Amino acid sequence: MPSEQRPILLANARILDPSRDFDLNGDLLIVGGTVREARRGIGAAGVPDGTEIIDCRGKIVAPGLVDFRAFVGEPGEGHRETLASASQAAAAGGVTTIVCQPDTNPPIDDPATVDFVLRRARDTAIVHVQPMAALTKRLEGQEMTEIGLLKAAGAVAFTNGAHSVTNAQVMRRVLTYSRDFDALVVHHVEDPDLVGEGVMNDGEFAARLGLVGVPTAAEAIMLERDLRLVGLTRGRYHAASVTCRESLELLRRAKDAGLAVSAAASINHVSLNENDIGAYRTFFKLAPPLRAEDDRLALVEAVASGLVDVVMSDHNPQDVETKRLPFMEAAHGAIGLETMLSAGLRLVHSESLSWLALLNAMSTRPAELLGLAGGTLRAGAPADIIVIDPDIAWVVDPADLKSKCKNTPFDEARLDGRVIRTIVAGRTVYEYV
Amino acid sequence: MNIASKSSFVLHQRHLLGIEGLSRDEIVGLLDLAEEFVDLNRQIEKKRASLRGRTLINLFFEVSTRTQASFELAGKRLGADVMNMAVGSSSIRKGETLVDTAVTLNAMHPDLIVVRHHASGACALLAQKVDCSVINAGDGSHEHPTQALLDALTIRRNKERIEGLLVVICGDILHSRVARSNILLLNALGARVRVVAPSTLLPAGIERFGVEVARDMREGLADADIIMMLRLQRERMNGSFVPSTQEYFHYFGLDSKKLAYAKPDALVMHPGPMNRGVEIDSIVADGAQSLIREQVEMGVAVRMAVLEALSRNLPNQ
Repeated sequence: MPSEQRPILLANARILDPSRDFDLNGDLLIVGGTVREARRGIGAAGVPDGTEIIDCRGKIVAPGLVDFRAFVGEPGEGHRETLASASQAAAAGGVTTIVCQPDTNPPIDDPATVDFVLRRARDTAIVHVQPMAALTKRLEGQEMTEIGLLKAAGAVAFTNGAHSVTNAQVMRRVLTYSRDFDALVVHHVEDPDLVGEGVMNDGEFAARLGLVGVPTAAEAIMLERDLRLVGLTRGRYHAASVTCRESLELLRRAKDAGLAVSAAASINHVSLNENDIGAYRTFFKLAPPLRAEDDRLALVEAVASGLVDVVMSDHNPQDVETKRLPFMEAAHGAIGLETMLSAGLRLVHSESLSWLALLNAMSTRPAELLGLAGGTLRAGAPADIIVIDPDIAWVVDPADLKSKCKNTPFDEARLDGRVIRTIVAGRTVYEYV
Repeated sequence: MNIASKSSFVLHQRHLLGIEGLSRDEIVGLLDLAEEFVDLNRQIEKKRASLRGRTLINLFFEVSTRTQASFELAGKRLGADVMNMAVGSSSIRKGETLVDTAVTLNAMHPDLIVVRHHASGACALLAQKVDCSVINAGDGSHEHPTQALLDALTIRRNKERIEGLLVVICGDILHSRVARSNILLLNALGARVRVVAPSTLLPAGIERFGVEVARDMREGLADADIIMMLRLQRERMNGSFVPSTQEYFHYFGLDSKKLAYAKPDALVMHPGPMNRGVEIDSIVADGAQSLIREQVEMGVAVRMAVLEALSRNLPNQ
């Protein structure tokens, strides 16, 4: 109960708030589930009676991550992940808001299902859960869903999840209609015909492995089509997962033209490349696929400049039965909620990204795009806050992961820095011990 | 049987293909003439002989109940011989082109042909191939001039004017010939016109039609004197242009709550046939502010006026 909640003072921390380019050593006070203030020298004297004082010397305090794209198995595929297990994984990774995807069983394509997910999350999840709803009925790419009523029911954006809408007329109408409701259309940019039987990046490495490749053009063609439709309709559009240099040029042009366009890259695509597949390691089989190192470098640069707005986990739990198969036959996807921040810190430690740029892409910008209250430490904001120890070295042990599935590409990886405390609405939901 | 007409208005053109091309005076002339027929139609003796000897063909390529019946009655009350071409069982079904049909019918020497066709511009094409008058009873998404005239007559009789009124047209503007004809007519008579629809049902460039554009009913109906609801075709309501009837009704269906956004004395119109519970709630459709039944009555009178005014311009030899 919020009224019984003790105030918390996070003392002597380095406070990072990308929502206002704020980087300051000081204290942050949480009262009644919201941020009261963040400044130098609040100290023990400046807090209400009964405040829990947590010394954060050498630690970083930042807004909790808002993960733009995570597949959760509810409803219908709870064996892969439930809202409860996903939220446990999220809390351990510093994610205070999960944005779950509609490709469930049944899909989240009517207001009643949105309502079900929100109630189920309220009852079982320890972090916030915000559902995206389907863009088209049954995710079939033919008939638009009840975008107005779904948004009123609580859907934060509209997407066909891992499916692309191939019919340009349908996409045009959906973008047109969604504009009236200021709804964000999130689209998986891969032309399914060009993807075909492809399982990894097209090129020499795929050829040597004897695997069918997916050309970057599969992404660029779909993105280019979409951006032209955005120009026609003036809808609000977000490319769900971009992976290559070609896409970045298209995005740059669209943004320069003043279109309401944004894009995300997954943590996998900014920290791994096609060579990581090595000897057919299926945990690296992703859709869209991991690309060449040159593409990865371009993506990181685009995150640093803000051209790519969001870095998300693309959390996609797959169990052993679907992953322990020949590469051609294995399922796509990797889990990522628990590792996205630490994997992102590699880029901070190597000075490819600043702290603020990383946190902006994982917290502030996604919250802005989705119209959520989080992603900031301004006074009055919800106290969705993480404490990061940038120096803890740890090795990812799948046995320790909270997710129901263990398909992590960071299996056995050594990572530097992690979340040591996650606070949701003023309540500590995770502590690293 | 031969009550003399007070108005001697003549439409100095062969055809009535649209509101476009009609002057303000011509529109008013037709409305004034129609007023006489309203009175006539309320009498027991409804017949005139002004079209005696004339042949009127109703050529409907799209199914229609009220427009076809309305033209048929209008022709008969003016004394014409009226033939309804049942397109479903005719040679058009056997693959005859529109132009061949026109040439064939023309050989039978009709004086007036009333045409409804699913293709925009079909009436104009037919008019080029016949010697008689052609009246557009709806061509695709282009025009439906007699509907706009009957709407104007209904408004004028209830509000005593058209100039200066705010007329709001709601719904499927994109596909609506009724909307296009009404926008032209109402602008010609000095009304203020506003359209309200989801963006998927608005044509490109609509703001250059001389209308205000709104995308939600609260904003759209504010200060409205007249609300014209349009029919949403079934094939357009399940995900192609709007997601569902449920969502459409929620945001754009005229119910009592939305009606309250308009002026207290606002009047409601619908060209029919209505989808109750989709674009309009039964309580509103049948309510005190509804003019929907009166529109049907005005339809016969306006069509008599159009037939009369055109026939006065036909050669008498």
